[in-house]
Amino acid sequence: MSWQAISEGISEALRLILSMDRTVMEITFRSLYTAGFATLLSTLIGLPLSVVIAMKEFPGRNTLKFIFNSLVGIPTVTLGLFLYTLLSRSGPLGSMELLYTVRGMSIGQAILILPITVSFIISAIESKDAELRDLTRTLGASEFETSIAVLREAYSGVSLALVSSFNRAFAELGIATMLGANISGMTRVLTTAIALETSKGELGLSFALSFILLLVVLLLNYVIRKLQGGDNA
Amino acid sequence: MSGFKINKNFLLIGAVLVLIIGGGIYWNNSKPQVKEHLIISTTTSLYETSVLDAIKPMFEAENPGYNVSFISQGTGLAIQTAKNGDADMILVHSPGQEKGFLETGYGVNRKLFAYNFFIIVGPESDPAGVKDMNPGDALQKLYSEGLAGNAQWVSRGDNSGTHSKEKGLWTATGFDLDAIKAETTESGETWYIEAGAGMTATLQLANEKEAYTLTDMATYLKNYKNGNIELVTIVGQGKETLNVYAAVLCNPEENPRGMYDGAQLFMEYILGDDVQEMLVDYGFEEFGSTLFKPWVPELDTPDSEIVQWVEEYAYFEGTECPEEYRHLSGNLYD
Repeated sequence: MSWQAISEGISEALRLILSMDRTVMEITFRSLYTAGFATLLSTLIGLPLSVVIAMKEFPGRNTLKFIFNSLVGIPTVTLGLFLYTLLSRSGPLGSMELLYTVRGMSIGQAILILPITVSFIISAIESKDAELRDLTRTLGASEFETSIAVLREAYSGVSLALVSSFNRAFAELGIATMLGANISGMTRVLTTAIALETSKGELGLSFALSFILLLVVLLLNYVIRKLQGGDNA
Repeated sequence: MSGFKINKNFLLIGAVLVLIIGGGIYWNNSKPQVKEHLIISTTTSLYETSVLDAIKPMFEAENPGYNVSFISQGTGLAIQTAKNGDADMILVHSPGQEKGFLETGYGVNRKLFAYNFFIIVGPESDPAGVKDMNPGDALQKLYSEGLAGNAQWVSRGDNSGTHSKEKGLWTATGFDLDAIKAETTESGETWYIEAGAGMTATLQLANEKEAYTLTDMATYLKNYKNGNIELVTIVGQGKETLNVYAAVLCNPEENPRGMYDGAQLFMEYILGDDVQEMLVDYGFEEFGSTLFKPWVPELDTPDSEIVQWVEEYAYFEGTECPEEYRHLSGNLYD
């Protein structure tokens, strides 16, 4: 019974991809956009933040690192519920009208993946020789130039951080459900569509959408790996 | 390791991100955003039959100023969403919970629009021997066979309309649910299983355990037809298993969304001939059985059995919506 659903899923996935099914394309692109924007936001905030945490000595630095490391595993549904109460009309940020929008989902996912971005970049920087930044500084580089030099040195770790962040956002369900509510044509993304079809009992279609999700993840990771020239990837 | 190569990598990752976001913006902007956006929170059993997706284009064609979105949730959550001010109206199937929604002042103008029947399904071998009994006797026997270790019952356990119907059936049969849940078989096994899940997941659980459960017709038919489950109908439709769908508007004085007029238009539309006639044979092609019976035409024969049943089950103080919970109702109750 289940095996039949999987084989149905494979052929259905092929059919949907080959026929460029409009709804599936739309949902897939919305997933990419939501997670992509979330990754962008998280990078904009997380990159400078992690450079500061990794390279500066200040009180509470280890506590901060500990918090970010722990939040890597936060359940998406918990964060989703928390953000829903904030963004609901009756919540403190209700007037921003972010609930049931792709923007709202992106912001929620950005908050979800920020700890991944930060923790991974910090450990990428710390894994590089501490002498490097002393050396760069000795050579007369400014703080900013030193940061850039260290980031360059740690680039494969940094890109792993970004790829992991994107993958987590792309594949999460809790926030998309709580903040987007899976509205057809507006906030439906791959994961929420999979959950809906599963709960309808359309397991073949669920598998098909799941295979499309996996295919996109594989393709993206393959492309990024190729771009890195296979170095350390 | 050359500086050029490193920069190229970051540039290309950036380019991929930009492409993704650009594509997303294109897809998002390719639909009109100027319309009034009506949000309806609805019970899963109604949404997952796709009947609402069929009604949506009909309504939007007739009312081009509106764009309707559905949020599919269990009845309990659907009501909570409306109370939070995140929806304009609800489409649900749990008279008790609807009454609460009216009484708290968040809901106004309740109207019934469709009905059908729940069924009790179970394994074909029917280990409890309750086939074709009436629901009360069947539950009575399931309880004793359950305690004897011969049968199991799966409950939704998720505060949905179906769950509240199930609780109502046990209570009407004279059982105290909390007591039932605590009772186990002699060997200490649970016979009353709380799934805490949607209908499909609950049916699959019941199927794996060869247990009995209460289900709506549509979800059962779909899963049976897809080969996900092998459970069969044990107790069919009757007065006790009646399932009535109601629409309730959000009180504009409590709800900040300001879409009351649109919600009222939608309510009038589903009570109108277009939708009521469409419900008559909706789902027959796909499921081999119709899914909903339109309620409005039944009112032409007020003495019929079904009207008596519905009045007894889903009316409050002899009406769909008592006077004090009506608000700017226009001609809804004429």
